[in-house]
Amino acid sequence: MKICVLIKQVPDAGSVLRIRDDESWVEEDKLVFTANESDSYALEEALLLKEAHGGEVIACTLGPERSRQVLKDALSKGADRAIFLHDESFNNLDCNGLAKVFAKVLEKEHCDLILCGLQADDTGEAAVGPMLAQELHLPHVTMVVQTELLDGGLKVKQELEGGWFRQVETSLPALLTIQSGINKPRYASLRGIMAMKKKELRELSATDLGVPATELAPMQTLQRIYVPVKTKETVYLEGAPEEVVAQLVDKLANEAKVL
Amino acid sequence: MGKILAFIQLDDGQPNRNALEALQGGQQLAADMGHQLIGVVFSASSPQQLQFKMDEIITVAAPELEHYSADTYVAAMAQIIAAEQPDLLIAGHTYQARDWLPRLAAQISRPLISDCIGFQKGAQITWVRQVFQGKVHADVTTGEGLAIVSFQAGAFRHDRLESGSPAIRSQEVDLSAVEVQVRAGEPFQDTKAAVDLSRAERIVAVGRGIGDEEKLALVRELAEALGAELGSSRPVVDYGWLSHDRQVGSSGQTVAAKLYLAVGISGAIQHQVGMKNCGCIVAINKDANAPIFEIADYGIVADLFEIVPRLTAAIKEHRSA
Ligand SMILES: Cc1cc2nc3c(=O)[nH]c(=O)nc-3n(C[C@H](O)[C@H](O)[C@H](O)COP(=O)(O)OP(=O)(O)OC[C@H]3O[C@@H](n4cnc5c(N)ncnc54)[C@H](O)[C@@H]3O)c2cc1C
Ligand SMILES: Nc1ncnc2c1ncn2[C@@H]1O[C@H](COP(=O)(O)O)[C@@H](O)[C@H]1O
Repeated sequence: MKICVLIKQVPDAGSVLRIRDDESWVEEDKLVFTANESDSYALEEALLLKEAHGGEVIACTLGPERSRQVLKDALSKGADRAIFLHDESFNNLDCNGLAKVFAKVLEKEHCDLILCGLQADDTGEAAVGPMLAQELHLPHVTMVVQTELLDGGLKVKQELEGGWFRQVETSLPALLTIQSGINKPRYASLRGIMAMKKKELRELSATDLGVPATELAPMQTLQRIYVPVKTKETVYLEGAPEEVVAQLVDKLANEAKVL
Repeated sequence: MGKILAFIQLDDGQPNRNALEALQGGQQLAADMGHQLIGVVFSASSPQQLQFKMDEIITVAAPELEHYSADTYVAAMAQIIAAEQPDLLIAGHTYQARDWLPRLAAQISRPLISDCIGFQKGAQITWVRQVFQGKVHADVTTGEGLAIVSFQAGAFRHDRLESGSPAIRSQEVDLSAVEVQVRAGEPFQDTKAAVDLSRAERIVAVGRGIGDEEKLALVRELAEALGAELGSSRPVVDYGWLSHDRQVGSSGQTVAAKLYLAVGISGAIQHQVGMKNCGCIVAINKDANAPIFEIADYGIVADLFEIVPRLTAAIKEHRSA
């Protein structure tokens, strides 16, 4: 079974974000970057499927130089090879453009399964997976929380709203978007890290892929980002911990009357 | 005159709440832009409840649309779009919309602005959406031509829908060539939840900020002191530290406690939808920009480890006094 996992590098969940003066994006110099949360679960699922059924796991990312790290981490954890899509011209891609670029790479790989995270924690569009499935004319299932290989197909458990689920069957090849919690992502072992250094990490540019820039022209433009204006009057309790706690108990007992 | 198509998702024949909220956004957009607003339902008849101000409702009936599948929904909507030539297609950002709208956008090669929380009018419409899990907002515009826009739960208010009695028109689609490759079974719930958080009067909810499983004891003690149930955000359940029935949010429980104390929870929208209607919301978080403060009545910007043990002691003292 040949599986490709798309892994995006995003700021760590605990990051304190500073917005650039020109409001174009956040300052990146002090940020700690990591693999997108649901993508880490997708990688683990790919590794588990490979361990159970044999085959190959390819990790793929698109991004600036720093994002090479998520591929190294994936190789250290057990991915067999990696594809790094890196080009100045990829900087402004919107979700449609991203899907087109990934399709260009993956139409040549003929994978049985493509795994994405269900959404990127930075831009949060939850779009690239199903869009890529459309570009490749593959069936897709979103928000997968369990997978089981069948004869010639796949049975998955799909998460619905409010704690509901359903079983979904699809033929292969297919694309899945993986929800967090599906497994327990592993850490890289020392042996894995040593082995990583010998594995293939292929870098591809727009020219290598042969995607004409016109096809990738973004259809949406990010005008600016900003800290949201608060609409609710939150009462902030300030002071030394003891004082804050005393204030809170007083408010809960006498103002909100919930004690 | 321009046209806005509002897709109204039906769940067991009933309009989905998030879809109705988006429809209210559609009414505002139609008024602001001087556009027609046309509802679209994938059903042979328009449900009784849809007595809202719209220029008309298009009903689309086909046996292939009786059960949801991305393949048939995409094909059907692509045909409606070809026939109607709208300027905008709007929908609620439901799990179902997440499944098929991106696929539609890719097929017809149009922009998708997903999970918007609002818009601003100007020479062109600016769409507002959250990035970085709600910590930051972004203004987004599109060029000429059809844009597909989905709205987050709670972006607009269904109880502010203007009423009306729209004309109903049926539209044919031909889905005979669509090959459905994905087959879905009936929805089910896992083992009956042991804890029913929806009835809890007080909840202490813990998030990833707690850092590790052993530290959960701290919030457990606080919950006990308060006579509260223990709830959590998703990551705490994903890590296996608490069972799924403790999870509050869009894929967990919806709660309406009198007191909701969020400890080390950032307040992503998927968490907020499960708890924002609680009576009194207290947030303890070391990041002053965490979105949870947007909905908190009382906010404490501090290290939870400094606050929680002291709070437990103070509550015990208060209760014994
Ligand atoms: C389709 C979908 C469904 C989802 N369903 C749900 C759901 O049902 N419920 C849910 O909760 N989430 C859900 N999520 C996930 C959601 O988007 C967030 O990722 C999640 O809620 C974040 O959990 P958190 O706040 O605990 O973690 P984080 O976002 O990592 O926040 C941790 C917080 O702790 C604070 N912190 C860290 N250390 C300390 C300290 N020492 N003292 C004080 N504060 C500290 C940080 O400042 C941060 O704000 C869903 C996501 C998707 C895409
Ligand atoms: N630049 C990228 N590099 C690798 N994978 C990506 C990238 N952008 C999106 N993806 C994949 O698509 C999923 C959904 O992203 P999005 O549609 O941006 O929310 C992510 O979880 C990743 O699996």
